[in-house]
Amino acid sequence: MASVATFFLENQEMIFLVILAIFLGVEVISNVPAILHTPLMSGSNAISGVVIMGSIIVIGYADPNDTLQLVLGLLAVVLGTLNVVGGFAVTGRMLAMFKKRK
Amino acid sequence: MSEFLLELFYIVGCITFIVGLKMLSSPDSARKGNTIAAAGMILAIIGTILFYRNEAGEPVGNIPWIIGGLVIGGGLGYLMAVKVQMTAMPQMVSFFNGTGGACSALIAAMELFSSPSTETGFLVVAYLGIGIGTITFSGSMVAFGKLDDKISDIRSRIMPYVNLVLFAVVFGLIGYATFAPQAMGDTAGWWLLGIALIYGILFVMPIGGADMPVVIALLNSLSGIAGAFGGLLYGNRIMLIGGILVGASGLILTALMCKAMNRSLMNVLIGNFGGGASGGGGAAGDQTIREATVNDVAIMCAYASKVAIVPGYGLAVAQAQHACHEFEKLLEDKGVDVYYAIHPVAGRMPGHMNVLLAEADVPYPKLVEMDDANPIMPNTDVVIVVGANDVVNPAAETDPGSPIYGMPVIKVWEAKSVIVMKRSMRPGYAGIENPLFFHERTKMLFGDAKDTMNKLIAELKTL
Repeated sequence: MASVATFFLENQEMIFLVILAIFLGVEVISNVPAILHTPLMSGSNAISGVVIMGSIIVIGYADPNDTLQLVLGLLAVVLGTLNVVGGFAVTGRMLAMFKKRK
Repeated sequence: MSEFLLELFYIVGCITFIVGLKMLSSPDSARKGNTIAAAGMILAIIGTILFYRNEAGEPVGNIPWIIGGLVIGGGLGYLMAVKVQMTAMPQMVSFFNGTGGACSALIAAMELFSSPSTETGFLVVAYLGIGIGTITFSGSMVAFGKLDDKISDIRSRIMPYVNLVLFAVVFGLIGYATFAPQAMGDTAGWWLLGIALIYGILFVMPIGGADMPVVIALLNSLSGIAGAFGGLLYGNRIMLIGGILVGASGLILTALMCKAMNRSLMNVLIGNFGGGASGGGGAAGDQTIREATVNDVAIMCAYASKVAIVPGYGLAVAQAQHACHEFEKLLEDKGVDVYYAIHPVAGRMPGHMNVLLAEADVPYPKLVEMDDANPIMPNTDVVIVVGANDVVNPAAETDPGSPIYGMPVIKVWEAKSVIVMKRSMRPGYAGIENPLFFHERTKMLFGDAKDTMNKLIAELKTL
């Protein structure tokens, strides 16, 4: 119990953020019409590419002489960017097709 | 100063994500929303490169490597996104989802292996990041292969048990490695990577085509959750908020898809659908079907006042969306009111049909959701079912013994007449008999959806 309490107190800011963000995520999405399900999914998929920040930090502090670390870091950056750029580009392409009138 | 600037960039980034997602929920603002979120992402990336400082106050190094990675990933991603066919969209989305999961797993693993910390909080977050990121990666890649018809379903009776065991092993290992960090050391990370990789593969493997929308939505949510663990690991707020937003919205979408099929998530994942248990329909042999000719259908539609088109996965397979739109335009020119009635799980991902029809230039007010379409069915003169099956099956309402009993369906049989376009009498993906085909108001029009549509168009032009 004591360790749970310390964990909570040490990380309270993060815990609050997580809980508020969950409600926000649910709230923001709850009224999406079915016609937008695919673009919404691929758009949010692109947003989940924020992990790219982590990959930049990882490679940014990698030892320049440690090739393995550099290569793995590079791989992480490439994978993250694929997710971000591919995701937003595909979503943009889909949304460009939705037209009200011909 | 740089810390202030970094947080400023991150706050703006978070706001663009929220506003972008919000705007994505309305057709008029969706495009702008996507652009705004993308701009926020670019800002956050620039902010990280320029202003991030580690505990020693040093800026990010290895800049050429970072730029190189951004250029390679960005170039490849853009090319793939621009080249992909609209019908191949579900697999493309899965693929990008998988790369994001791999990125999460990789950064969590690198952090774990390079840090000597054995703090419980750090370990649990790192292991969860590795586990969930890896499952997202391998699961999405299998989904990609299946949607692209490169991998076929593998089902067996023991599969659900194997998956339950693997699931328990993945999370048991995370718990064990967290609370007894000395027992396995770094090897725990490797074991976790391997087992999670296998679990991701095996968990998507047995899932049937009709259930794909649920799984894709779930994997999307998982990629967000993996990202959020990355955020916790690096104490990075934008990763945390972006990840949680995606995780939460993905779960909502998953729940919506499950509801549209009247099944629990457990039921989809463990699965007892179409596994041989669904015998049913023994009387089918005695019933007769009525066949229609192209000419009949063209005349029926041309002199109707309201026509509905119900698209299904067959439309996507036959690439019939353009022909469908042309048919619809010709009818509109003749003064017929035409609309598309769309089931939420028609196709292989959430909203699949809408994207295909939008590609063919169908204006979106013509795309009517199931709940709005059902009340106007009785006033509809002709319904044309194009490559859909289970989503128009009346057994879902009338036959408590049917595996899809209780699933909301489009009640096409309430219309004055129904034309079912189908390649053959073979049952749909779930292998369930469809009494609609034998219904007194139904006529069958056999053939490839695109060919038949083109014949209908030619016929309409002569009228």
